[in-house]
Amino acid sequence: MPAREGTYGLLAEFDTPSDLVRAAQQARQDGWRRMDCYTPYPVEEAAEAIGFHRNKVPLLTLIGGLMGGAAMFSLETWISTLAYPLNVAGRPPYSWPAFIVPAYEWTILWAGLSAAFGMLALNGLPSLYHPLFNAPNFRDGATTDKFFLCLEALDPKFDLTETKAYLQKFSPNSVVEVEY
Amino acid sequence: MATKEVKPNDPMIDPATGEFRVIGQGQTFLSITEKIARIVLTPHTPMGWFGLFTVAGGGATMLLVALTWLFLKGVGIWAITQPVAWGFAIINFVWWIGIGHAGTLISAILLLFKQGWRNAISRFAEAMTIFAVCCAGLFPLIHVGRPWLGYWLFPLPFTMTVWPQFRSPLMWDVFAVSTYATISVVFWYIGMVPDLATLRDRAHSRIGQYFYGMLSVGWRGSVRHWMRYETASLLLAGLATPLVLSVHTVISFDFAVAVLPGWHTTIFPPYFVAGAIYSGFAMVLTLAIPLRKFYHLESLVTERHIDNMGKVMLATGFIVAYGYGMEAFMAWYSASHWEAFMFWNRVFGPMGWSYWVLITCNLAIPLTTLWSRKLRSSIPFMFFISIVVNTGMWFERFVIVVTSLYRDFLPSSWGTYRATKWDYMTFVGTLGFFTFLFLLFVRFLPMIPMNEIRMLLPAAKVKPKAAEAAD
Repeated sequence: MPAREGTYGLLAEFDTPSDLVRAAQQARQDGWRRMDCYTPYPVEEAAEAIGFHRNKVPLLTLIGGLMGGAAMFSLETWISTLAYPLNVAGRPPYSWPAFIVPAYEWTILWAGLSAAFGMLALNGLPSLYHPLFNAPNFRDGATTDKFFLCLEALDPKFDLTETKAYLQKFSPNSVVEVEY
Repeated sequence: MATKEVKPNDPMIDPATGEFRVIGQGQTFLSITEKIARIVLTPHTPMGWFGLFTVAGGGATMLLVALTWLFLKGVGIWAITQPVAWGFAIINFVWWIGIGHAGTLISAILLLFKQGWRNAISRFAEAMTIFAVCCAGLFPLIHVGRPWLGYWLFPLPFTMTVWPQFRSPLMWDVFAVSTYATISVVFWYIGMVPDLATLRDRAHSRIGQYFYGMLSVGWRGSVRHWMRYETASLLLAGLATPLVLSVHTVISFDFAVAVLPGWHTTIFPPYFVAGAIYSGFAMVLTLAIPLRKFYHLESLVTERHIDNMGKVMLATGFIVAYGYGMEAFMAWYSASHWEAFMFWNRVFGPMGWSYWVLITCNLAIPLTTLWSRKLRSSIPFMFFISIVVNTGMWFERFVIVVTSLYRDFLPSSWGTYRATKWDYMTFVGTLGFFTFLFLLFVRFLPMIPMNEIRMLLPAAKVKPKAAEAAD
């Protein structure tokens, strides 16, 4: 658990996604690891620049889907053969082709729920508080038209004055210190 | 040929492609954000909104009255009896579900096909889906006669140890429709989270900040979050696509699995799905045309959208026409006396007028006129066509349900069908309820996905340094 006081990091604001991506690439090359970019829409190049290439959402979706389908098919089989066997027009109790439809729907249902809520969980959301919301310019821009690079204090290279000067080299609109 | 009808210097036409622009010129990240967010965040609700809200609220109240009387008296207040045991409830159920399908098609299938133009209309098409499914889901529930026992449809452990029967398409329907409703809501909400964060950050009132703050679950636009978000959206789209095709397929099984002439055909699943998309796009047009006018969104929901939706309707309309043709062909080719009589009776029998309304509204008017680009880019005409197709598709469901049932195998059991005022009140009531929900959505939630529109702007592209200097 990181300390919840002091500086969270330094936040540089850019006007265009290209400036942000260049700065992020350079920072990554210079050995920065604890950093993140904040954009008003998905910028794939920025994720590549900070070295974020793959995620676990597809795996969660696959597991959720398989479990949903298997659960419904087993439930149908158990109900129709053991719990409540009914003779419907002489069809066998285990009439598996008919069971496929609900199992198919449940595969989709649980895969979809796993994708959506798995994504939120991996993102650590919901979390209504975040230190970045303390930055005065973050709320105006991050969800509208500005692009941010945050170098975090947890990175061993972090030093308040040196890092500030380092970020200024990318000629951002501003560099702001973010407090917890 | 058709392109000659359009002026070459029209600013809404992209000179590079000759197509209508997806968004108007001169928009920036800030301008589109403000345009869309202002509709929701303004403290001044337009008077027109209140006017419509009152009318829609009246409709929703009528639904409430009709349902109250239904629960007190039972389904006998409707016109359903033998031989037409399935009446308005099933017609409306299939019609509403079908309308919902266009929303999923726009948000999921067109996303997979990378159709950038879908972005501006995807959000309210998804909202339309959800509200249409709300209206649709109501009908089977109230049609069971004892709605308070509706939970018997689910496999729950009761003290009576009775379990559902999984060989029935009606049971499959329960899972298809409930999954469809759930996944639609999840897809819609997840898609809205970044926009809710924009509203949170732009809201001035304390209530607005709390409301959108809670709903946006602390979204802050980290690119790591965005990448997982994009993966999840793509997966949800990939899952919603087979889902939406399965939902109307399963609904068509309700009919096709029966032995009744007029229902027992293999063309039903594709024909139902195409019809669903046909009527759904018509409903998107019915909603989009007044909305873009009323909220001045012409630069975001452009003529390109209207034009493309007209093309989709033309294509699905022809699949539907093929379905009608096949029904007629099979009635002859099957050499079955019952099939042939059913078809003759459907077209020329005492309720044949409904078939001709259907042919006029679904085939004669739209499929002859939607070829013309001039007509497709005429807004009043497209609004007219959308109403015509919605009417036609309602009559298609009417024809399938009623004209297959009212004269069956034994002439002594023939009957007719005449809807009662309660049938009409319930149907018109759901129209009011749908509009009621839609108006609330337009007022309180972002109806156009801002984050997706931003990606369409030229400024959104990441350029190498050299290219940027050249600009």
